[in-house]
Amino acid sequence: MSSLVIHDLHVSIGDKPIVKGLSLTVNSGEVHAIMGPNGTGKSTLAKVIAGHPDYTVTGGDVLLDGRSVLAQEADERARAGLFLAFQYPSEIPGVSIANFLRAAVQARLPEGEEIDATAYYKRLYAKMDLLKIDRKFTSRAVNEGFSGGEKKRCEILQMAMLEPKMAVMDETDSGLDIDALRIVSDGVNALRGPGLGVLMITHYQRLLNHIVPDFVHVMYDGRIVKSGDKSLALDLESRGYDWVKQELAALPA
Amino acid sequence: MKSLIDSGPATTVENPVAGIDQTKGDFTYDVAYEFDAGTGLSERTVDYISSVKKEADWIRAFRRQALQVFQSKPMPTHWATRDLENIDFDRIRYYLASGQKPKRTWDEVPEDIKRTFERLGIPEQERKFLAGVEAQFDSEAAYSNIKEIVAKQGVIFVNSTEGLREHPELFRRWFGKVIPTGDNKFSALNSAVFSGGSFIYVPPGVKVAQPLQAYFRINAENFGQFERTLIIADEGSEVTYMEGCTAPKFSTATLHSAVVELVALKGAKIQYITVQNWANNVFNLVTKRGLAHEEAEIKWIDCNIGSRLTMKYPGVVLKGRKARGEVISIALANDGQHQDTGAKMIHAADETTSNVVSKSISVGQGRATYRGQVHIPKRLRGCRNNTECDALLINTNSRTDTYPAITVRGDRNSIQHEASVSKVSEDMIFYMQQRGLTEGQAMSLAVNGFINDLARQFPMEYSVELKRLIDLEMEGSVG
Repeated sequence: MSSLVIHDLHVSIGDKPIVKGLSLTVNSGEVHAIMGPNGTGKSTLAKVIAGHPDYTVTGGDVLLDGRSVLAQEADERARAGLFLAFQYPSEIPGVSIANFLRAAVQARLPEGEEIDATAYYKRLYAKMDLLKIDRKFTSRAVNEGFSGGEKKRCEILQMAMLEPKMAVMDETDSGLDIDALRIVSDGVNALRGPGLGVLMITHYQRLLNHIVPDFVHVMYDGRIVKSGDKSLALDLESRGYDWVKQELAALPA
Repeated sequence: MKSLIDSGPATTVENPVAGIDQTKGDFTYDVAYEFDAGTGLSERTVDYISSVKKEADWIRAFRRQALQVFQSKPMPTHWATRDLENIDFDRIRYYLASGQKPKRTWDEVPEDIKRTFERLGIPEQERKFLAGVEAQFDSEAAYSNIKEIVAKQGVIFVNSTEGLREHPELFRRWFGKVIPTGDNKFSALNSAVFSGGSFIYVPPGVKVAQPLQAYFRINAENFGQFERTLIIADEGSEVTYMEGCTAPKFSTATLHSAVVELVALKGAKIQYITVQNWANNVFNLVTKRGLAHEEAEIKWIDCNIGSRLTMKYPGVVLKGRKARGEVISIALANDGQHQDTGAKMIHAADETTSNVVSKSISVGQGRATYRGQVHIPKRLRGCRNNTECDALLINTNSRTDTYPAITVRGDRNSIQHEASVSKVSEDMIFYMQQRGLTEGQAMSLAVNGFINDLARQFPMEYSVELKRLIDLEMEGSVG
């Protein structure tokens, strides 16, 4: 049983506060969705959890299984079980997906231990079968010349191979047509289970028709302003984000 | 043939490595040498070398004349880096041959060097040689069967001293013909003081199945500073030669100036592979050129890592109809290093084709320069050249320059030139770190990916070592 606890988190880029006191707990087996208008700090939150060096945490904490990760480099957090599915995954020219994943798996082994290549490929192919990915896919260079859908499938395949405890998925639905969205969602659903906690960040409700969340949170101006179950997402869809803004404005300061 | 010195595009630059600690990478120990020409260069030095080697009069005269050419030629700093002015020719030893074993023991080899050998997976016996613990790399027994096998095919594979002594007619016929003494200041220097290097002759129609390796026959002389290699592939023959190794070489010598001449007669194929990793106090100034006759093919695969300054532009003179030349090169310039490399393709017959693919990586303050020359005169037709040079910058203060000089006259030939500069972005590194790779591992992977398509052309064991070496270089570049 794992947990990702975000406690009263404050984040700035330079002098500009972006996240302003956000708290949230994700446990294994749960799927949480964070929704909110553009520019509200959703993607910042995803990158901060993963340890992107451009952001400064000015207050609060992020804990994985009770231990603060804030002092850790991005790679330490990754090896501890945090995974970020990127909104805009980077291209790595000349490095095949198979070799990249092999390096990532190798990085998780104790020092001096060499990866068992046969076992690795067996596992890789099993995951590809599970996600219905063609065998030829992994000999292509990571994200190089990929369509939006291929990039996201590549993220899901990496997630499947690295078996994180907690996965943060940043706008996984962006840039996908409806067919690609279904394929990627099926992949995430195949990976759902008691060993994995998911924090999905999305602007649109449509993703949540495919990956049905246990909890939905609304993020606005750097904070979570409303939480509920999946019905909250439907309310947002029909009433728009202005509804939340108006509700907030009505509150006493 | 135009000289390298006179033909390069002019550029003056500040010395990027001024102030570098020249003792770094130095590795001194006491050795009793049987023959030592002493420091400094004069006619006496050159005569001494000839006498020790019991050379014929013509070669003694050749050396003397080369010395004069060397002394009369200016440093090519009107186009090359001014760092060349820091070479102190009076402090260099031009000839050493050890008669005794060095007195140093393995225990005296510094820990970091032992660790490097360990990481590179260099076999025990070779480590001792590379560290200077053993003067003679005891490989004759292990590899002599290769020499025997090729000898049965009539292949001559000896060092240049032996080549001169045992096969004077063959040697003299081609020696200095591809790269004349006066080609450039450093080819003249080599012509005056050369020792070591290989002499290879492959008879007509013989295809040498296994690559011939200088690595197999290392001894103090072969590993010298001024080696001279001459390879002649007779009509329809094929040979691959590999030199160097990816282990860093620890020597007290700060100047390495080799000359390599290849002659591919009608329909012959020569492939010459170099992987070198020099200590970062070394000036590595090498002239390499091949002469390709009708339908012959010469391919240089060249990988340069380390050194303070490397200047090397392997070339092919496409002398016969349908001759083909190729240069595939990888250069990695780390902090305080300048890799000034490139290729020369001189088309001198119809329907000749050439291909140049160069990839350079600049790390930290490292500087990589590509200098190319492609020459296709107006009278020719049906010639083709393809040039691609790609540079990868690792840090914001890394530097890369490209000076492609392409002269194509007439309208019956075609050329194609592509160049690109890319940078390892912070986003790419973050992406890889998010998958669990350390910053150093991420850098290595990015660099290995960049050179991947070229590294695949190296023989298996070389490409594996190359990868390990890049891992080591990149590991030290972050932090």
